Amino acid sequence: MTFPFLTLITFIPLVGVVIVALIPKDREREIKWFAVILSLVPLVLAIVMWVLFQNSGGMQFVEEAVWIPTLDVYYRVGVDGISVPLVFLTTMLTTLSLFYSSYTIKNRVKEFFALFLLLEMGMIGVFVALDLVLFYVFWEIGLVPMFLLIGIWGQPKDRPQYSAIKFFLYTLVGSVVMLLAFIGVYLTTGTWNILEIPMIGPLADFPALAVAGFWGIFLAFAIKVPMWPFHTWLPDAHTAAPTAGSVILAGVLLKLGGYGFIRILLPFFPGLFKQFAPFIGIIALISMIYGALVSMAQWDLKRLIAYSSVSHMGYFTLGLVAASATLVTAEPVLDSRAIALDGAVLQMFNHGIITGGLFFLVGVIYERTHTRDLKAFGGLSAKLPVYYGVMLLTGLASLGLPGLAGFISEFMVFRGTFAIMPTYAIIGIIAIVLGAAYILWKIIQYVFLGEFSMEKWSAIFDPEHWHFSVDMARFEVITMVPLIFFMLLVGIYPKPILDTINAASTALLSGLL
Amino acid sequence: MTQNSFLLLLLPEITLTVVAFLIFILDMISRGDEVRGHRLRWFAFLGVMLTLVATILIWPLAAAGPTPVALDLGLGFGGDAVPMIVLDNLALFFKLFTVLVLAIIILSAGEYISEHTPFRGEFYALMLLAGLSIMLASAATNLVMIYLSIEFLSITSYILTGYLRNDARSTEGAIKYFIYGAAASAVMLYGFSLLYGATGATGLVEIATALSGGSATLRSLIFPALVMVLAGLGFKIALVPFHQWSPDAYEGAPTPVTAFLSVGPKAAGFAVLIRFLIVALPAFQVNWSAVLAGVAILTMSLGNLIALWQTNVKRLLAYSSIAQAGYMLIGLAAVAPLADSWTTGLNGLLLYLFAYLFTNLGAFAVVIAVEDRTGSVNLPDFSGLGRRSPFLAVAMFVFLLSLIGIPPTGGFMGKLFVFGAAVQRQMIVLAVIGVLNSVISVYYYFKIMRPMLFGQADGAEPIRVSTSMGMVVGFSVVMVLAIAIFAEPFIRLATESAQVYAAIF
Repeated sequence: MTFPFLTLITFIPLVGVVIVALIPKDREREIKWFAVILSLVPLVLAIVMWVLFQNSGGMQFVEEAVWIPTLDVYYRVGVDGISVPLVFLTTMLTTLSLFYSSYTIKNRVKEFFALFLLLEMGMIGVFVALDLVLFYVFWEIGLVPMFLLIGIWGQPKDRPQYSAIKFFLYTLVGSVVMLLAFIGVYLTTGTWNILEIPMIGPLADFPALAVAGFWGIFLAFAIKVPMWPFHTWLPDAHTAAPTAGSVILAGVLLKLGGYGFIRILLPFFPGLFKQFAPFIGIIALISMIYGALVSMAQWDLKRLIAYSSVSHMGYFTLGLVAASATLVTAEPVLDSRAIALDGAVLQMFNHGIITGGLFFLVGVIYERTHTRDLKAFGGLSAKLPVYYGVMLLTGLASLGLPGLAGFISEFMVFRGTFAIMPTYAIIGIIAIVLGAAYILWKIIQYVFLGEFSMEKWSAIFDPEHWHFSVDMARFEVITMVPLIFFMLLVGIYPKPILDTINAASTALLSGLL
Repeated sequence: MTQNSFLLLLLPEITLTVVAFLIFILDMISRGDEVRGHRLRWFAFLGVMLTLVATILIWPLAAAGPTPVALDLGLGFGGDAVPMIVLDNLALFFKLFTVLVLAIIILSAGEYISEHTPFRGEFYALMLLAGLSIMLASAATNLVMIYLSIEFLSITSYILTGYLRNDARSTEGAIKYFIYGAAASAVMLYGFSLLYGATGATGLVEIATALSGGSATLRSLIFPALVMVLAGLGFKIALVPFHQWSPDAYEGAPTPVTAFLSVGPKAAGFAVLIRFLIVALPAFQVNWSAVLAGVAILTMSLGNLIALWQTNVKRLLAYSSIAQAGYMLIGLAAVAPLADSWTTGLNGLLLYLFAYLFTNLGAFAVVIAVEDRTGSVNLPDFSGLGRRSPFLAVAMFVFLLSLIGIPPTGGFMGKLFVFGAAVQRQMIVLAVIGVLNSVISVYYYFKIMRPMLFGQADGAEPIRVSTSMGMVVGFSVVMVLAIAIFAEPFIRLATESAQVYAAIF
């Protein structure tokens, strides 16, 4: 009997939900601290698990139990090098979000913290599930709390209810079609086991249905990632969501889609993926460039970062497409494919810490001024020097400055893609330039540079509702420290995380039939 | 079969009848006595529990094997003894189903009925008799018995709908229901007479035998007969285009009756439809499967699209329940003769019904609880429910998720099975339209969620939940979640209840 790491990591948040529900709602302090401390348990377990993790191809920490015998549904969980960093990312961002929210959330505290823990369970469940039904159940469980977080704690002026239902509907359209495809997969393979299905070949005897199933599953993940043209829910959801909600939305929820592509769509239908790779690659390029251009046109800081997510997740898709555009497993092609996929997975992790960080930083200024309008700021580097420094560092990480995390993954994506689909790589480079433009021009210049005007500042700063220091308060700094640590660590010494990812992606790519 | 065991097998029906008539008598004795009148509710509940015990007692007798136990009532034409009802797994399933429906409605109706009407005892007696007719209809194997039990159910339903005598809407609903119902049952009867004329038999099995060797002219009568019978049963289930009565009847009826109408008659209609199509007309599956698929598409789509515009919660749930019946019908349209497969369509239908029972009755229980306090059931009445009663709001949220089909709720398991059946029969278009409809439905369920979760509490006065209401809502939530999380026994129940019929053809 091995130690059930994954079960504990997944379900301890659920225990937290129950306990939070039992604490009387006027004991807000206790609720907040209990939730933060409880969320440390899965985080510590995830770290220990990563330390114990052997960098090899297969699934580890596997647990298996029958769930619904008549339906062949198993409670089957396990992690490989692709899911381990994502599980860690989820637990870390959850703890940071809860910690940050314990200072900023003022109304309906009990519900907020209970829902947040429920959300954590859903997200982790997706990353560890190895059974399609289990995967689907967790996939949908994550949807409901996020819907409520946006709807209840959104700012009234940002139309939170509209954004919440839009988020819900978009995701649900994708997932119900995916469910039908899963049923088709099960009917032709006789198993829900995510690892066994690729060996049997789903829908092999029904070519037309296989194409339909491929696009059905594709749609669900493409909406979640999100890819152009399915991205329009994202800016609305981000704008309306409370800070911690945006962090998790960008940091983890988008990764559910990316993870689904790697864990399910690619292994299930490698032939079709290869066949449609040029087309999906074009979608990736449009997402990268269009996302960056629209981002540059925004005047709302949060919307800007939301669109930048579309662009940055496009890098992920490009890497994925390059890795799947050929099924050759001989060197050096496999090498390039593995580099592209490693880059894609690392891009997910980096985007999680960097964009998660950016959303925290938007929260910093928003809590003080209750505006996100870029035109209202200017010259803040004089007033908020620490904030300026942290934002600059995170922004540079986001635009891919060497020495910081974003560079490594983007470089690997382009290196891999260049060897396999050079044209795509060349076109894709444009997005990097645009990325530098919107970060430096729009965020850094408009917010921080220029003349500081006391008049402008006092028009927006609201000292009555802000009880901490004008520059970044201690809790805000503490929230950012781990994220900055990882931006630097991955940027300077990416070997440990890449070793973990690489073992899994090489095994995955060479195993595709 | 001896006379004694014969009566023993009818124990649930006998219990219900006896209790119902005892209530009539007690009601007459205690008329005018407020307190005693109120107590009749507990007597009715006791009767339902006794029926549950009776159902459990006879379960092993009937569930022994796939052979139906025919109860020979000796009511045949020309003096022949003709089997009228059977006691098989399907019949047992619907007995259990009926008992649960009655128990939930009696517990949640208490305050509403005390407040709105002086005729308390009658209400419970009529409710029990309506339950009795569902049990009989789901066990009937003969056209005559089918017609009688469906009529019995209709008449009790008309009375219950018009139960608020001083309320014009209640009366209007009842009249509409009655007029539509009379027309529908006449059409169904005409369909029965065509079948009888073509085959000379009224027993479902006999009809199937006669048809299997029949001539082409004889067989050409079947399609019109099928459509007519479908019209009659479609009226009970409220399938499009036989649904027009239901929003008015649902809106006008006392809310506990609305709850009953949204589950009870639908279940009876489905039970009869299952038997009729699979026992009497297995040879015509190609025809009826196509018709049902078309009706299912119409029912889901129209029910959902019209529900989008509703502002009265009872009316909204009426259209929602029309759409829900459409999903269930997919299970029957895609029924497969594969006894060993995970989804035969039929087990999906039964599992869906079972989950729908707790979901919809639970949702209506919340509506009743809100109506008891606010006096009306428009969307603004749900405003701030999350603050005024977190328990009711969370419960309602779970029920709405189950109606949408989000895991881990019973509604998800039901949809997984019926859509699974459609995919298995390669009725992909039907399955895709089905899932897209469940996405559309999110929008109007969200109309209830919005004031409930995001709205401000006007007056912010908390809503008190009575003990019995709390029990009903709590039990329903537990069951809705259990059907998904501890799915195995429920799937077994549904599969065993359906197995007999999946094996027939």
